[in-house]
Amino acid sequence: MNTPLSWIKAFVPDLDCTAQQYMDAMTLSGSKVEGYRAFDKNLDKIVIGQILSIAPHPDADKLIVCQVNVGKETVQIVTGAHNVSEGDKVPVVLDGGRVAGGHDGGPLPDDGIKIKKGKLRGVESFGMMCAIEELGSTKEFYPEAPEDGIYIFPEDAEVGADAIDALGMRDVDFEYEITSNRVDCFSIIGIAREAAATFGCDFILKKPAVTGDGDDIANHFSVEIEAPDLCRRFTARMIRNVKIGPSPKWMQRRLAACGIRPINNLVDITNYVMKEYGQPMHAYDMRTIAGNKIIVRRANDGDEFITLDGQTRKLDHDMLMICDAEKEIGIAGIMGGQNSMIIEDVDTVLFEAACFDGTNVRLSSKRLGMRTDASSVFEKGIDPAGVAEAINRACELVEELGCGEVVGGIIDEHGELPVPKEIPFRPDWINRFIGTDISEADMVRYLEKIELKVDLAASKVIVPTWRQDLEQEADIAEEVARFYGYDNIPTTLPRGEATAGKLSFKLRIEELARKVAQFAGFDQAMTYSFDSPKTFDRLQIPADDPVRKAVEISNPLGEDFSIMRTLPLGGILTSLALNYNHRNIDVKLYELAHIYLPAQVPVTELPDERVQFVLGFYGEGNFFSLKGVVEEFFTQAGLKKKPAYIADAALPFFHPGRKAEIEYDGRKIGYMGELHPTVAESYDIGERAYIAVIDMPVVTELASFDIKYRGVAKYPAVTRDISVMMLKEVTAAQIEGAIEKCGGKLLESYELFDVYEGAQILTGHKSMAYSITFRAKDHTLEDAEVNRIMEKLFKTLSGMGIELRS
Amino acid sequence: MKEKLEKIRQEAIKRISESKDLDALNEIRVAYLGKKGELTEVLKGMRDVAAEDRPKVGQMVNDARAAIEEKMEAAKEEFTRRLTEQRLAAETIDVTLPASKKDMGHPHPNTVALEELQRIFIGMGYEVVEGPEVELDYYNFEALNIPANHPAKDEQDTFYINKEIVLRTQTSPVQVRVMEKQKPPIRIIAPGRVYRSDEVDATHSPCFHQIEGLVIDKGITMADLKGTLALFAKEMFGADTKVKFRPHHFPFTEPSAEMDVTCFKCGGKGCRFCKGEGWIEILGCGMVHPKVLRMSGIDPDVYSGFAFGIGLERIALLKYEIDDMRLLYENDERFLKQF
Repeated sequence: MNTPLSWIKAFVPDLDCTAQQYMDAMTLSGSKVEGYRAFDKNLDKIVIGQILSIAPHPDADKLIVCQVNVGKETVQIVTGAHNVSEGDKVPVVLDGGRVAGGHDGGPLPDDGIKIKKGKLRGVESFGMMCAIEELGSTKEFYPEAPEDGIYIFPEDAEVGADAIDALGMRDVDFEYEITSNRVDCFSIIGIAREAAATFGCDFILKKPAVTGDGDDIANHFSVEIEAPDLCRRFTARMIRNVKIGPSPKWMQRRLAACGIRPINNLVDITNYVMKEYGQPMHAYDMRTIAGNKIIVRRANDGDEFITLDGQTRKLDHDMLMICDAEKEIGIAGIMGGQNSMIIEDVDTVLFEAACFDGTNVRLSSKRLGMRTDASSVFEKGIDPAGVAEAINRACELVEELGCGEVVGGIIDEHGELPVPKEIPFRPDWINRFIGTDISEADMVRYLEKIELKVDLAASKVIVPTWRQDLEQEADIAEEVARFYGYDNIPTTLPRGEATAGKLSFKLRIEELARKVAQFAGFDQAMTYSFDSPKTFDRLQIPADDPVRKAVEISNPLGEDFSIMRTLPLGGILTSLALNYNHRNIDVKLYELAHIYLPAQVPVTELPDERVQFVLGFYGEGNFFSLKGVVEEFFTQAGLKKKPAYIADAALPFFHPGRKAEIEYDGRKIGYMGELHPTVAESYDIGERAYIAVIDMPVVTELASFDIKYRGVAKYPAVTRDISVMMLKEVTAAQIEGAIEKCGGKLLESYELFDVYEGAQILTGHKSMAYSITFRAKDHTLEDAEVNRIMEKLFKTLSGMGIELRS
Repeated sequence: MKEKLEKIRQEAIKRISESKDLDALNEIRVAYLGKKGELTEVLKGMRDVAAEDRPKVGQMVNDARAAIEEKMEAAKEEFTRRLTEQRLAAETIDVTLPASKKDMGHPHPNTVALEELQRIFIGMGYEVVEGPEVELDYYNFEALNIPANHPAKDEQDTFYINKEIVLRTQTSPVQVRVMEKQKPPIRIIAPGRVYRSDEVDATHSPCFHQIEGLVIDKGITMADLKGTLALFAKEMFGADTKVKFRPHHFPFTEPSAEMDVTCFKCGGKGCRFCKGEGWIEILGCGMVHPKVLRMSGIDPDVYSGFAFGIGLERIALLKYEIDDMRLLYENDERFLKQF
C-alpha cells in the first residue's frame, strides 16, 4: 500500500509534518511506513518561464537561442529541443539549480544533476528548459508531455511561479506495510483516518453527493445474486451519454503519485475510487450486456472464458462469475471479460461495485494463476457496508468531471449486512491488562479519533463496520495502547510465584553430547531435515528395508527435499564431502539431528521424532578413536556399564569388517563403523571416513547425573599380566568376558596392552596381552587368592581354545 | 702422631680442593675415611698408643675426620649445585616455539546464539522445553487463532504432509501444547526448527530455527512484556541497547508488537548495517490472545500472559555479521571454526 501525502491531506487538511516525522509517527501508531519518495527530490530553482523569442544559433544548426521570461527577469537559454515555439510556457531550471535526471529517462542519479550557466558553442546560456524525464517522471504519468522534448504548460500557467508545484510534484509518496487484519487501511481514507488520529487532527470525509437525472436505474436494469454465499453485496449504477476523454490534471497527478497510469476519465475514476475507498470497481459497456440483467452465479466446471487481457481461462464450479441473461461477462472480483470491454465509442456504462467472498477470490485467483489489483483487494475481505458509498463516489466524480449523465437510483442487492459491533469498555481492565494508568477521558479521546463511539453509560464501545478486526476487549486495549504510544507503556518485570529456570533433562543430555564431541575436536554441523529418497540407494539400503518408509511432504521444494529423513547420514556425509572438496584436512563434524520415523505410511499420526547424536570424520583417527568418544559420552552421561559391540549387524553403508551395532544393557543404543568405500565414492569422499550414531532417546532414558562416593581403596592391589594366543576370529570381548566372569568381586580392572599378528606366531592366529588388577576392599590380598582366580581363568580360556603363552 | 694426622688432614683437604667431580670426591672419601682409609688406619693403630694418650689422640683423629668431612660436604654441595646449573642451562627451551594444542571442536553459530539467549531466560526463571516439528494442523494454526482458509495457511508458505499434518511453520504451537498440560504460572522458552516453503538463497532457508517464549500468570501486563524483552535485549546485545515497540499484527496475540533494537554496529546513529535506520527488527511479540488462552483451557478472565518469537538465524547472522544464510547449513570447517 502506498499513499501520496497530498491525497491524505485532502482528508486531513491540518496535517503539518515533515516526511520523516510522518513516517516515524505512523509507524509507532501501527501503520508501518517502509519508506518514502519525495517527488521534488533534487529539483531546485525550477520556475515557469515563457519563451519570448527564438533565434537560430550562429554556429550550430541544431541549437536555438531563446529569450525566456522567468518572472523577475528575462534570461537567455540555448537549447537543442525542437518542440518549443515563441509564447510557450515551460519549466526552466535557473543557474545553480538542479534537476533529477537526464532527458533520456535513464536511472536517476542519487544527487541529481547540477545546472550551471555556461556557453554552448560560444553562446551564453543561463539555465535549461526541462523535459518531464529531467524532472524525474515519465510520459506515462504525464500523458500531455511531448514524446521527446520540453514539457509545455497550459496557457494559463503563471510565469515565474514554482514549476514543480504546478506539476503537482511537491508531494511525497509513502510506502506502508499494512498487516492483513487492517483491510480498511488498504485505502487512502483508511490511512488518512489513522493519520488524523496519530497527529490529533480532524478527519474530514464528505458523503458523496450524486444529482442523477431523475430517472431510476430500476426501470432499465436488474441484478440477481444466485450465489449469496460468495457475493455478499452487489451494487450497480448507470451512466448515459458517456464522453470519453482525458481526466483532469488533479486526478492524473494523484493517480501518478500512486504509481497508477492515467488512461481516460472513466478508467481513471474507477482506479481513483479503488485507491480512495479500497473498493475495486468495474465498468461494462451496456451494449454488451444481454437482457439488461446481471446474474451472479458459479461457473460450470470446464467452461472457458476469455478475460480482458485476451487470455482463455479454464473455469470450475467454485469460481464466481458475473453473467448477463445469456453469457458470462466477467470473473467476479478478478477480471472482466473481453466480451464486455469498454470501447471508445461507448454511450452507456454500467458501474459495478460489489463485495465478493475474500477466500473464494483468493483460491480462484490462485487456481487461475492470475492475481490482479482487484483480486488482491478482495482477497483481504472488504467491508460490505462500504460498497454503496464507493459507487456513489464514482458517480459523483462522473458528474464532477462531466463525463456522462448519472441515471438516478442504485441497484443494491445484498443479504444481511454487518452492523456496528458492541464491545465492553472497562478502562480499569484495559489499564490492568497493559500495565498503565490512562484516564478514561484519554481512552475515549483515542477511540473517538478512529471513529469508535464510546457509550460510557452502557460501558460499551461501538465499532464501525470497516473495523472487522475489532472483536473483543483485548482489541480495544490495543487501540488504546497504540494511540497512547507503546513507548509510553512502562517497563516492569512479571511478579508473582517464582519458577525454576532450567533445561529439560533431554536438553541437558544433548548439551553433554555437544561438550564431549567438542572436547574430542568435533565441530557442530547443522543440516536440513529433508532428504531425498535417493539417499537410501546411495547408502545401499535394501529395497524392502523399513527405514525407507518416510514421512513424505505433499508439496516439496523438489525431490532432494521431498521426505523427512529417517537416517541422519545424508546430511553429515554431504557436509564431510563439501569439506573434502574444499581440501580441508582432518575434518571432524557432529550433529544433533532429528530423524522422523512414521508408525506407518501414508502417515496418519505424528511420527516419532528422535534426536540422533551423529559423529563423522575423515583424516586423523580410526574406528577406535571414535569408539573412545562414544564411550566417553556414555560415561559422562552416567552409563557406566560396558557397551556391547555387535559386529554382524546389517549396516550396509559400512565397511563389512569394520562396523558394529552398539548395545547397552541389552538395548540398541547406536551404531558405528567405517564408511563403505562404495558409499564414500558416491559422496566423493576420497579418504576413509568413520561415522557413529547414538540414539539419544535411549541415552536420555538411561542417563543419570546421580553420583555416590564409593571410598578410596585402602589395601594394595595385585597385578598379573597374561599373554594368550588364539585364532584371529576370537574377539577381545570373549576374552574379557572370561576375565570378568572368573575375576568376580576381587577383579578391579583389566587392560589390553598388546595385540600381535604376524611372523612370530602361527598363521591365522593372534596374541593378546592383558594386565589384570585385583583388590580386596577389606584386606590385603594374598598370592594364593589371586592364584586361584588365575588358575580358573586359565582353565576357562583353554576351554575356549585359547592358549596361554606366559 | 700429631704431625702424621695433620699431614693426612692437609693432604686430604688439598686433594678435595683439587678434585673435579663427585666421583673424585668419592675416591677421596674411600682413601681417607673408608674402611681401609688412612684415617681409619690411624684409629686401628690406637692400640700402640699409651692408654693415657688415647683420648687425646682419639680427639685428634675425630677433629681431622670432621674437618675432612666438612670440606668434603662443602665440595659436594658445590659440585651438585654446578651440576644442576649445567643441566638447567642445557635444558633451556625456545619458549616462542608453537604450542602443542588440543584442538577443541566448535559449536555451531546458531548454538552460540541460542546458549546465550537460554542463559538469559533461564536466569529469569524460564524452563527450556520443546515440541514436535512434524505437527498437527490444529496446533500450528487453528489453536493459534488462524482459521481454515487463512492466507497464512497457503501452500506457498507451508509444507503439508496431509490435510491434518504439517511441518510447523513457527514454534508457537509449543505454547498451546504447554498450556494444555501445565497450570500457570508458566514461564517457558521453546527453541526449535521450523519450516517454510522458501527456496534456498542468501537470506532464505526452507528450514530454520525460532525460539518461542511464553509467560502466563495472574496479572501479567503488557508492561511486563516490555520490561522482560528490554532486559533480554540489553543482556543479548549490550547494556546500551535501547528497544522500540511498534504495533503489529499476529493472529495469536492482542495487542501485538514488533520489537526493534538500536543497531549494535552504530548504536543507533544509522549505518550501512542497519540501512541508515539506526534500528534493527529483532522479534515479534504480544499479549496472548484470549481466544488462544480459552482454546488451551486457560481462563482469560483469571490469567493473562505474553508470548514472543525470535528467529535464531536472524540473531546469529546479525550478531556475527554473517552475510549468507547458506553458510549455516554447509558446515565448511573454516566457517564453523570461527565460533
